[in-house]
Amino acid sequence: MTATAHVEAPSAVAGPPLVGSPLDGRAPSGPVEQKWERFRRDMLLVSPANKRKFTVIVVGSGLAGASAAATLGQLGYNVHCFCFQDSPRRAHSIAAQGGINAAKNYTGDGDSVFRLFKDTVKGGDFRSRESNVHRLAEISANIIDQCVALGVPFDREYSGYLANRSFGGAQVSRTFYARGQTGQQLLLGCYAALSRQVAAGTVKMHTRMEMLDLVVVKGKARGIITRNLVTGKVERWAGHAVLLCTGGYGPVFYLSTNAAGCNVTATYRAYRRGAYFANPCFTQIHPTCIPVHGDFQSKLTLMSESLRNDGRVWVPKKEGEKRQPNDIPEEDRDYFLERRYPTYGNLAPRDISSRAAKQVCDEGRGVGPMGRGVYLDFRDAIKRLGRSAIESRYGNLFEMYNRITGDDGYAVPMRIYPASHYAMGGLWVDYQLMSNLPGLFVLGEANFSDHGANRLGASALMQGLADGFFVISDCLGNYLASTPLEPVKADAPEFVEAQTETNVRIDKLLSVNGKRTPDSFHRELGQLLWDHCGMSRNARGLARVLERVPELRQEFWENVQVLGHYDEYNIMLERALRVADFMEFADLLAYDALVRDESCGCHFREEHQEDGECRRDDENFCHVAAWEFRGPDERPVLHKEPLAFEAVGLASRSYK
Amino acid sequence: MNFTLYIWRQRNAKSKGKMVRYRATDISPDMSFLEMLDKLNADLAAAGEEPVAFDHDCREGICGTCSLVVNGVAHGPQRATTVCQLHMRHFKEGQEIWIEPFRARAFPIVRDLVVDRSAFDRITQAGGFISANTGPAPDANSLLVPKEEVSTAMSAAACIGCGACVAACPNASAMLFVAAKISHLAHLPQGQPERRRRALSMVRAMDGEGFGNCTNHEECEAVCPKEISVRFIAEMNRDYLRAALTTAEPETAS
Ligand SMILES: Cc1cc2nc3c(=O)[nH]c(=O)nc-3n(C[C@H](O)[C@H](O)[C@H](O)COP(=O)(O)OP(=O)(O)OC[C@H]3O[C@@H](n4cnc5c(N)ncnc54)[C@H](O)[C@@H]3O)c2cc1C
Ligand code: FES
Repeated sequence: MTATAHVEAPSAVAGPPLVGSPLDGRAPSGPVEQKWERFRRDMLLVSPANKRKFTVIVVGSGLAGASAAATLGQLGYNVHCFCFQDSPRRAHSIAAQGGINAAKNYTGDGDSVFRLFKDTVKGGDFRSRESNVHRLAEISANIIDQCVALGVPFDREYSGYLANRSFGGAQVSRTFYARGQTGQQLLLGCYAALSRQVAAGTVKMHTRMEMLDLVVVKGKARGIITRNLVTGKVERWAGHAVLLCTGGYGPVFYLSTNAAGCNVTATYRAYRRGAYFANPCFTQIHPTCIPVHGDFQSKLTLMSESLRNDGRVWVPKKEGEKRQPNDIPEEDRDYFLERRYPTYGNLAPRDISSRAAKQVCDEGRGVGPMGRGVYLDFRDAIKRLGRSAIESRYGNLFEMYNRITGDDGYAVPMRIYPASHYAMGGLWVDYQLMSNLPGLFVLGEANFSDHGANRLGASALMQGLADGFFVISDCLGNYLASTPLEPVKADAPEFVEAQTETNVRIDKLLSVNGKRTPDSFHRELGQLLWDHCGMSRNARGLARVLERVPELRQEFWENVQVLGHYDEYNIMLERALRVADFMEFADLLAYDALVRDESCGCHFREEHQEDGECRRDDENFCHVAAWEFRGPDERPVLHKEPLAFEAVGLASRSYK
Repeated sequence: MNFTLYIWRQRNAKSKGKMVRYRATDISPDMSFLEMLDKLNADLAAAGEEPVAFDHDCREGICGTCSLVVNGVAHGPQRATTVCQLHMRHFKEGQEIWIEPFRARAFPIVRDLVVDRSAFDRITQAGGFISANTGPAPDANSLLVPKEEVSTAMSAAACIGCGACVAACPNASAMLFVAAKISHLAHLPQGQPERRRRALSMVRAMDGEGFGNCTNHEECEAVCPKEISVRFIAEMNRDYLRAALTTAEPETAS
């Protein structure tokens, strides 16, 4: 593929963005490896006797939220924790399979804090904040210790020592895992710690409660508005700080590997209240998912990336190949990852592997009923290692594949295709995990800071737990100890106003009486974004999204169907509220993608490529794009946080 | 494919419920059971009828949210499979399918097929944890755990807390759920100090929630999507007995 000419977008939607004041990440001065220590040396503390006087609202009970709530409760804060599932143990973190990274160097293969830091910065294509990433790498080892103390049954060797594997293309074995259910076991560890605090009375857990707005009083985040999903009651909650640990927005594409309930509402509503949204266009598309098979499909199942350690990815060389995969001889197969990336081969990072799969399918060489799939073939591995070795490594994954597709992955190559998986973008936070809105902290997948334009495997779990167990307690304490906060009650006018606005929104949805379900709007929105703002983007397609989304949004508010009442368990209303926010957020995502006129990591702008690879523009785009909401029909304002790479040094990212 | 469905409809915890007959049409054999219900709900919406409420989230068999009794079996006919992972190709064209919520006194109905399983959270709060504070913990490798022990712990820890064991048990007992947690921690050295206290408080919390007794029907193991073994119940009983004999009263967990 050759570089295409730069396509000008229609000026109505494109135009240059309104640029506001630059942002400062407020990292302490000094060399990167000393910053966290310096911060901790200088931070202020809340005295033990005073902690219980502070009410902290934690939204979310995934790895980030549960670990934060448990830790803050243990320290003595008065914590209220919210989640929309019926139990905190069901947060989406439960679904993580592969593992969690830590720079323990237990295998003695050359790992170190610096290497993990450097891999993560490079993996993110130099669009993350060095200081945050270094802290993450420093803390990573403590996480494993903490989790073992909580009873997480990580896999072990016969010696009794912890086992490690290499994951997601890393050249060292630094990934810890608990069979294929690492996320589950980590979350159950956090859930146990959280349950202990609930029993101790330091944390009050509110399940089936959805946050629908953030309340800002005199410029500071002071509370939230929730809807009780069982009774429909809309309530006000006041506190001294609000922690959003609400996960990612992968389902903006409708189909994704995320749980059905994952949504953007909490972070988007905070954005509408003044919190900046950073790099919304950085969305990770994971290469190894089971392909779409039909119109009523509700989710795409991830097949752990570890399969690429032994499976070989290929498509037929010929377009429109009709033969069965096993009848296609070696010379007619294109092992395109091995061909294009000889050093990393099938283990090339996610963004690169996904894009390569899309490209071969676009060329008409995709496989399967809809032509959107590539083979993941274990024939050679079975020949080399024997079927039983493959079975013991990946048995549960083959079984899952068989369950969903009805096919036997041992006998015929599996079919896989990329799917929306993770949001690197999220609310902007400074070094102390605080948004530009004082008192609003954002943890885990919901923030933007550590993964830049592409996340490496096994590093989301690490980040969620670093934020929740080890970073937030110091940062929150520092904020509360250094900020005078007036007492605020939940009946203050700002709360009542926000509650009224939420009720109005609910009434409006219930009174449209239209013909189309929220789900059908969500599907259409998702398809539109997937087509033009997915694995590859160009100015014309993005302009199309920016034209079409407002139309779709208008149709939504004129024709959405929400049956039932507000004061009951109402799955259609629940859905409609989330879809309404996706509809608004989609604009922001596409606009960010349009304005970032370069290619980096997951963000592949067709106009900027070299031999099919991303061409970064460090001169103009080596910054975080943080967007400020200016009004429902107004263009958002762009605040840039310049990124400096002092410890790693900007380099082009090559896996060839 | 087409099916005749009989589905439990109940507006809220207080109202009376009943089985209602529906037609599911144009179902692809590749759809999951929940996608079949999505399709039914879309058809109902087109006819102006309120959708059937059912619980779900991950749709990949790990979060434990989905909770349907299909033709009398919790999670349906396929062994070791949550209902979200059950596919329509396992049903026969034109078949009648009966869909009910997980029923138990301790699981009150919220709406239609959705039940309240917060009793499980409360049992966990009674002691389903190791009391380790967040802070500098000892190096993870300072504690060696034999591979087989970890593997047993993991087999118990794999429980997704869905409650199928309760729904399947003629006594609506939660023994398998509670035993899974107790055994998970009992097989690890970190879990030893609180082992007896944990067994006592969790079992008492379970009784307090109104779950029934175990009379060894083993229906729980048969429906468990994670194939948790009933031998963990025996282990728990041993721990409980030992604890009851040696401890006066359980302290309240802190
Ligand atoms: C299939 C899959 C496999 C993965 N595998 C790995 C892996 O192997 N390694 C790895 O490192 N990462 C993996 N990831 C990514 C990782 O699991 C997630 O990024 C991470 O778990 C997110 O944790 P979190 O705590 O930020 O959010 P979540 O776990 O998503 O939790 C969000 C919480 O917020 C609550 N919430 C959200 N909105 C609201 C609202 N409006 N009101 C009230 N509550 C709300 C939810 O109820 C939930 O409790 C995987 C992801 C997927 C989808
Ligand atoms: S929906 Fe998560 S286990 Fe079925």
